[in-house]
Amino acid sequence: MSTQTASLSTPTTARAAGPAPAAKDLSQQRQKEMLADYFEKLTRAKEAGQKIVYTFVPGNLNELIAAAGMMNVLPEINALQSGMRGRSGGYITEAEKHGHSEDVCTYVKCDIGMMLNGNIGPTGTKLPEPDLLLLSYTGCFTFMKWFELLREHYKCPVAMLHVPYQPEGRITPDMRKYIVDQLEKSIIPALEKVSGRKLDRDDLAARMALSSKAEDDLVAVWESAKHTPSPIDGYFGGVYYIGPIFSAFRGTQGAVEYYRELRAEVEERIRLGLGPVGPDGPIGPERHRLVVEGPPNWTSFFDFWRMFSRENAVVCASTYTRVGGLYDLGFRHDPDRALESLAEYCLGCYTNLGLPSRIDLLEKYIREYQADGFLINSVKSCNSFSAGQLLILQELEKRTGVPGGFIESDLVDPRYFGKANIDNRLQSYFQMLDARKARGYA
Amino acid sequence: MKCVVGIDLGSTTTKAVLLDTEEGRILGQGITNSRSNYEVASAVARQEALTAARFRLLSEALHHGVDAATADRMQERLMLAFRHELFLTQLDGLAAALQATITAVVPLERRPEYHRAAELVIEAAVTFADAAFVPGAARKSDFFKDLASEAMAVAAAAICERTGVKYERLIGVFDRAILDVEREVTAFEFETLLVRAARRALATYEPEARAAAETHLLGAVEQTNAVVLDEVAFVGTGYGRQTLPFPKEAVRSEILCHGRGAHRFFPGTRTVLDIGGQDTKAIQVDEHGVVTSFQMNDRCAAGCGRYLGYIADELNLGLHELGPLALGAKRVVKVNSTCTVFAGAELRERLSVGERREDILAGLHRAIMLRAMSLLARSGGVRNQLTFTGGVGKNPMATRVLRELVTESYSADVDLNLHPDSIYMGALGAALFAFDDHRAGRAIVPTALRALYEKAEPDACAGDCGCEGGADKESCHA
Repeated sequence: MSTQTASLSTPTTARAAGPAPAAKDLSQQRQKEMLADYFEKLTRAKEAGQKIVYTFVPGNLNELIAAAGMMNVLPEINALQSGMRGRSGGYITEAEKHGHSEDVCTYVKCDIGMMLNGNIGPTGTKLPEPDLLLLSYTGCFTFMKWFELLREHYKCPVAMLHVPYQPEGRITPDMRKYIVDQLEKSIIPALEKVSGRKLDRDDLAARMALSSKAEDDLVAVWESAKHTPSPIDGYFGGVYYIGPIFSAFRGTQGAVEYYRELRAEVEERIRLGLGPVGPDGPIGPERHRLVVEGPPNWTSFFDFWRMFSRENAVVCASTYTRVGGLYDLGFRHDPDRALESLAEYCLGCYTNLGLPSRIDLLEKYIREYQADGFLINSVKSCNSFSAGQLLILQELEKRTGVPGGFIESDLVDPRYFGKANIDNRLQSYFQMLDARKARGYA
Repeated sequence: MKCVVGIDLGSTTTKAVLLDTEEGRILGQGITNSRSNYEVASAVARQEALTAARFRLLSEALHHGVDAATADRMQERLMLAFRHELFLTQLDGLAAALQATITAVVPLERRPEYHRAAELVIEAAVTFADAAFVPGAARKSDFFKDLASEAMAVAAAAICERTGVKYERLIGVFDRAILDVEREVTAFEFETLLVRAARRALATYEPEARAAAETHLLGAVEQTNAVVLDEVAFVGTGYGRQTLPFPKEAVRSEILCHGRGAHRFFPGTRTVLDIGGQDTKAIQVDEHGVVTSFQMNDRCAAGCGRYLGYIADELNLGLHELGPLALGAKRVVKVNSTCTVFAGAELRERLSVGERREDILAGLHRAIMLRAMSLLARSGGVRNQLTFTGGVGKNPMATRVLRELVTESYSADVDLNLHPDSIYMGALGAALFAFDDHRAGRAIVPTALRALYEKAEPDACAGDCGCEGGADKESCHA
């Protein structure tokens, strides 16, 4: 499904948005430079003889791609960046002109529209065409259709890694073996064929070790939100924090340094007793602690965030920020078991979990982060992921006694963000939380 | 008498409820069409609620010392006479607006015939009012705009014939003038108007009964006019609450207000369904009326009050006529469309193949209520009692279909609570929050709103009672 993608946003992408979260922190400056540098390299990739792999965020095989000497491009991230830059509406219209229905995933249509308009990436330069489409399929059927469309356009090969769904909420040895076999027999040969060079297994292990270090620090950042007041917003701010590791930088020294700095900054905020920084500056005294399920809306990202920050509502944990890996459940990339741990990574992505596992995870977050509410942002154009969210809501209310809120919008189709309606819903929800607190329920 | 005010600024109508600060009793309720100016709508609704509150006091005074039937009769005549006087006052505003519009849009050489036509429009409205404000006369609406428009519809053709003004042009001038009138709060002083109304009501008595009636009626009027209603707290809610000139602390979500209001009338209810002009809310409340969960329609307003309004327009009917007509259905025509506009197309298609209007309407009502059932299910279903509120709660077919569907989906044992004042539930909930605020010492009287009211109220007392130009009018009448 196309809803579960990580963000790769920098503060400079904010349209009419005021200062960005944790503005001007060292880590943020570093992230900005890392991204600029990466896109610059992408622009020059073809002339430098660099091969390009298009792939998706959940279950991406970043270390493998890099160890095979290639660079990745993530279409979901390009789509959400287009959403934040106000370009997605036009791209979607373009895709619809080419026959894609109104009900198709808007990430897909946005990406197709961008492609048809010259494939200009987030930094304003043309993105290189793919030499390989690497589909490490995790939970989203639309991914397959998406790459079918790209294959038609770019006439390039597709390598598909089939990742079994986790119906029982656990990874079995058979599942792991099934994936490792595919990596050995089909994915690695496909990468080697395109790149023209043998996979460097030592380089792969070294990258996995770097991944693991960054993952430790990322988990510390996420879990800092267990403090009261939370020093971070784990959803709106969270999408910035996951940027490097969910995109091109997992398994790089740059990511290790970024997360070390970020962790230090967050720990300093805890020491000073500071809350998060919102779209318009520091958020006032923490009034509500929330857990959020579902991706944010990208076309009105800052307006959406303001609906929370204005009410001093802080999101302490979100499942969206886990779509690129559930590191807080203990998973780490393991240099000693490189392919096995890549298999476990793919299997364990949030998008690959069934409803019972998703409910368990949300329950855990509500309890461990001491949330007084949880909210579901249901995405219109993603039936596969939105289906069952009302069941999730009712089950969580039953288990935790914490009231849930439900809103509906979309990823990057501006037509489906009804600002007045969503604002009305959220205000009502926050006032309901207040009324319950006044009655001593929470 | 101290009171608190709740205002529900809805997409179609604006409601106000007044409670006393002693026990939270409902003193008065007022309603008006929301029009394009929400501030004015809320000021008018508040004015209506104050009027209702004073009539409540008047009713108590009238019922003192005479038999109930006599008092009821007197009250009815007085209320009609008051409405009549108020209509005439508003008509003065329309007359001025018509002349101003003519000056603004009609070429100089054509103005005399237009001015004459405008005078005839006002005369026709006066005649219309004479027939409309008598006991037993049916009025489709009490809103000035609707009444004046109805009078205009009856008389326009004849006026055009007499004056030579083109029909479309006269309607255009009228529509523009009435919009201007709607943008202002009509200035009137209740006390003065009530005395005039009392005179008008007394004129309807036979000469031999008039003297006795006069003593009693004028005594009650004097007693009522002596009471000052002092508004000490305001809370606003509703679709347009953000546009109310209230500080944030005096604004509550309509979901909380509807839940609270419904719980006040039906303390045993745990589920509330509110269908308003453009949204449907399914709300669960606890034993204190605190909302525990809710669901609303999101991207589409099909299935709300406006849907019925659209259908009424398609059939050239009044909104209030739809439900009773649908009750006459012999069968329910299946209407598949969940889109308001497509439902209109489906309606025409069904009519063209010979389906009865009543049967199609029954199907449309069912389509609306099915959407509401979906929201109810999403919010957690229906438990012991379901309270149905909002404007659509006044529609008898909507309530019948809801009862059937609740029986089908849940149980025949679920009590469906309906209240004749269901449209006021949101305003009542807001007033209850204002009551809480007053009790907790954090009451707010928005200065901007007060300024608007005071601007609208004439300085009738200037020179009469020694106050200076009505600058402190309320206290000068105390």
